[in-house]
Amino acid sequence: MAQTTIAGKTVEVTEEGYLQDHTQWNEDIAKELAKEEGIELTDDHFKILNFLREKYEEGANLTIRKVGKSGITDIKGFYNLFPGGPLKKASKIAGIPKPTSCV
Amino acid sequence: MENQEKQQKLNKVAIICAKGNLEDVYASLVLANGAVMDGMEAKLFFTFFGLDAVMKKRMNKLQTSTVGNPALRMPNGTRMGNLLGLIPGVQSMVSKMMKKQMDDLDVPPVDEFLDMITAGGGEVYACQLAVDMFKVKREQLSDHVLEILTVGEFYEKAAGEGSQIIFT
Repeated sequence: MAQTTIAGKTVEVTEEGYLQDHTQWNEDIAKELAKEEGIELTDDHFKILNFLREKYEEGANLTIRKVGKSGITDIKGFYNLFPGGPLKKASKIAGIPKPTSCV
Repeated sequence: MENQEKQQKLNKVAIICAKGNLEDVYASLVLANGAVMDGMEAKLFFTFFGLDAVMKKRMNKLQTSTVGNPALRMPNGTRMGNLLGLIPGVQSMVSKMMKKQMDDLDVPPVDEFLDMITAGGGEVYACQLAVDMFKVKREQLSDHVLEILTVGEFYEKAAGEGSQIIFT
């Protein structure tokens, strides 16, 4: 565990850069984390981030399939918005833990 | 040798599925989907009985074998004997239960799983030899199948640095 400053806020992160406490998250942090992944966040991105945060708070096991069935985007769209590892990247930017699902 | 060379990153997997049991096909699909989810290239090659997984009329009706499968257990944890597995209807009942349990874990039916893999850029191929052997027509194959390939052509697609071939 380490402390780091993202978008002017001091937060705890894991070795891989995931926020330790998802309540420390805000939109500026998301933008900063996205930039590190080479992603410029749009409204469509935020819809997915908020969906993931909501589901995480409900205690759901997050999968690509769930995002595909969310009605926000289909799976192809999800891959396009967060290229090269959509669920992991989106979870990181959403300030929630690294996904543990195999699907 | 203080500085060990950096571990080579895996960036591509070529997965060969030669069996048509539910569990063998799912092993291939989970591996392929996991690869594209992690930003890797994935190429799936369906051959011999694995071809059932990409045949329109069969792909969602795969079964797990209840005979000759010593690891198969009843819901209470006791082994399921071969003779029990032979009783008509048992294999389809067991297969149904397996599918239900996987669906609960968000593991989709085969056609939807292939949708997910191809949406992530994964590629699906059928084996020329198997297609010829089982006298399968192109229109019987699912639209997920990009091409029917010979083994040599598949190896060409599997080539590259950081690439691995997996046989399930």
